[in-house]
Amino acid sequence: MSRDEFLGQLLVGLINGSFYALLSLGLSIIFGLLGIVNVAQGAFYMAGAFFSWMMLQWLGIGYWPALILAPLAVAAFGVVLEKTMIFRVYGPDHMPGLLLTLGLLMAIQGMFVYIFGANARPYPVPAELRGGWDLDFVFLPKYRVWTVFASVTVCFTTWFIIEKTSLGRTLRAANENPVLTRSFGINVPALITMGFALGVALAGFAGVLAAPLYTVSPLMGVDLIIIVFAVVVVGGLGSIFGAIITSLGLGVIEGFAKVFYPQGSNMVIFIVMIIVLLIKPAGLFGSEK
Amino acid sequence: MVTKNRLEVKNLQAFYGDSHVLHGVDLEIAEGEIVTIIGRNGVGKTTTLRAIMGILSNRRGSIKIAGQETIAARPEQIARIGVGYVPEERGIFASLSVADNLILPPIVAEGGMTIAEIYDLFPNLEERTASAGTRLSGGEQQMLAIARVLRTGASLLLLDEPTEGLAPTIVQRIGQAIDSMKRKGRTVLLIEQNIRFAMRVADRHYVMESGRIVDMIPRAQVAAKMQELQHYLGV
Amino acid sequence: MAVVDHVTTPSTRPTVNLVLSGIGLVLLVAAPFVIYPLFLVKMLCFCLFACAFNLLAHTTGLLSFGHAAFFGSAAYTAGYAAKAWGVPFEAAILIGTATGLGMGVAMGFISVRRHGLYFAMITLALAQMVYFLAFQLPFTHADDGLSGIPRGRALGFIDLNSDVMMYYATAVIFLIGYAIIYRVIHSPFGRILRAIRDNQPRAISLGYNVDTYKIAAFSLSAALSGLAGATKAIALHLATVYDVHWGMSGNVLVMAMLGGTETLFGPVVGAILVTVLDDYLAESGLPVPAVVGTTFVLCILLFRQGIVGELKKLFKL
Repeated sequence: MSRDEFLGQLLVGLINGSFYALLSLGLSIIFGLLGIVNVAQGAFYMAGAFFSWMMLQWLGIGYWPALILAPLAVAAFGVVLEKTMIFRVYGPDHMPGLLLTLGLLMAIQGMFVYIFGANARPYPVPAELRGGWDLDFVFLPKYRVWTVFASVTVCFTTWFIIEKTSLGRTLRAANENPVLTRSFGINVPALITMGFALGVALAGFAGVLAAPLYTVSPLMGVDLIIIVFAVVVVGGLGSIFGAIITSLGLGVIEGFAKVFYPQGSNMVIFIVMIIVLLIKPAGLFGSEK
Repeated sequence: MVTKNRLEVKNLQAFYGDSHVLHGVDLEIAEGEIVTIIGRNGVGKTTTLRAIMGILSNRRGSIKIAGQETIAARPEQIARIGVGYVPEERGIFASLSVADNLILPPIVAEGGMTIAEIYDLFPNLEERTASAGTRLSGGEQQMLAIARVLRTGASLLLLDEPTEGLAPTIVQRIGQAIDSMKRKGRTVLLIEQNIRFAMRVADRHYVMESGRIVDMIPRAQVAAKMQELQHYLGV
Repeated sequence: MAVVDHVTTPSTRPTVNLVLSGIGLVLLVAAPFVIYPLFLVKMLCFCLFACAFNLLAHTTGLLSFGHAAFFGSAAYTAGYAAKAWGVPFEAAILIGTATGLGMGVAMGFISVRRHGLYFAMITLALAQMVYFLAFQLPFTHADDGLSGIPRGRALGFIDLNSDVMMYYATAVIFLIGYAIIYRVIHSPFGRILRAIRDNQPRAISLGYNVDTYKIAAFSLSAALSGLAGATKAIALHLATVYDVHWGMSGNVLVMAMLGGTETLFGPVVGAILVTVLDDYLAESGLPVPAVVGTTFVLCILLFRQGIVGELKKLFKL
């Protein structure tokens, strides 16, 4: 492999890894706080992309405002779902939550297909990010670099908030012992809703980032979520740091696998997942709950 | 001058699912009093505290805290009125350090202990401040659980068996902590199996049996009624 | 007992069961004269598939997210055997079933030590690999699928090119599969499985090799799923990658849960409901996954036991 190819693949791997990171971070937060395996994360990702497309088409709102507004809209949507349906499946058993969100994924995706049709819609790369930097040894498309930068920044900001701030401290306490935390005067139900909103907003943000890269289609979340689940299982559910590192790592591994065996690159992740599940079922960074 | 009641419980009924656990608990605690509930295991003492705190939601009757009716309130609301709860299992968070555990409960009123005052009262905590919450010994965890509600400024403190299973030196420290609460005018309701400790710290003792209060023994009468007390405790 | 077992709790009204079974058989025989036979064939294959899935789910409490692997692989092997090797109908069906069985043993061996969420993930991942293989192996023709699969003759002389005859053959296969499942569930083997499901530590302490039992249940479920897949491929002349896609795994899970995993007949009802919805809505233009997904959501929220389970509760059967 030439140096060009190597760096090119590294970038592709990091891009994929960034998307995995944003989605799996949201999944980890939601699982950690609510005990729900949010299969619908793929639908929220798709909604984020669609909301930014709709904002552009119908309201003339461009990419940069959409980066903030679309995740907010997705968060609002998530709050509605949490307050009407999802809270009903909280409990020690993880399966009802998984099944409910699976149904939600099907329903939401189906609705979007019905309203918008299954075709992909293009979303323009914002003017400031067109083109690339032609370095001597590699061509770096601006938008792709931006994607990695934005994802990693958002991920590490989230990690910082959760691990290092008082809000994060409260979230972790609420996660560990919600009843006792309430007895201190902390509104845990509101925190939980907020946690869910944050988790799905991350997916929505990923959707906006993805729109110019992969085009916007109702089916865009579904195949991605399967891979993201594998990533999350490898990293360990509920581990923030694990989710980020594993995502980036697996993205890069997948990227290199593509060089040697393009059709089978996804498989690498699943193979790693099976091995990890057999040896350390709680994941590389997780702890058995 | 009428001493205001910090806590007034009338005909409190409580249920765990279909199981009727409290059959009409009545008690009154004036501001600044230290009062215990004593009784055998399983009579409903912890349930009473949990009902007052709002953690047990399936309850009926009347619970007034500082004159405010709280029978239908949620735990986070009750805490904000100025109630601090130290559960029997202590509830130290494993995912937080000692320092974080200490400052987690928000301040609900002025006049709470400062961190310096807390470390004065419980020097061990200062040493262990960066450790993970659960690396502490049982006694240290108990001190931490008490310390963190002392910081909040809560004026009504609910303590569930604070001395259970602890060494005498630590029990002494906890006694000192309760004395300091008294000096600050806090109202304390505690569950205690250890009669000696209860006698030492409390102004009055409520006796509970089968989900009801069956007797009340003021401090002055404790020596005289020792035999009855021991009977109630099943000793 | 952690779970109310509608299947083996003795029915308080055995005559009702008998009458219902009788009505069912009559409907089964008369149906092709009223409803388009090929639609019924497709429906029966899914009924069998859902029942096979539920054999595992009910007896072990394990919800697999990879059953499409068995259904689809059997569809391919049976189809290929019939088309390229020209084997008789029964042989093709058996080859498909054996494919399901073999795959079930392999996948079961890897996955049964886990449960709940992790089991779901492992089965999903393993099935994804099968899906991937389906794209790579030349004999499957990837996106085009394996088409033109001949039906052949049943018992050597019944020409299955008649849709009605194909239907009856499918009905027989379904009944055989259903009977096998019934026997397994009511057997000592089935009882031991449920004991393991309800209290695994206790079963281990009694000396049962729980892994072996679970692998056996898994393999049987896989074999019968293969039976369903093989029949479908031959009846509809087609095996496609969708048969091994995780959407198919999701489908059968939804069918079983909608009908009710606590009952033997529940998955049949669920499969009928989903196939009818699928067919009916496809014409009207409404989004099938949206409707099915919404129904599934309502199922999880409101009628956790599934249609048949809730009905049984309602009528105290």
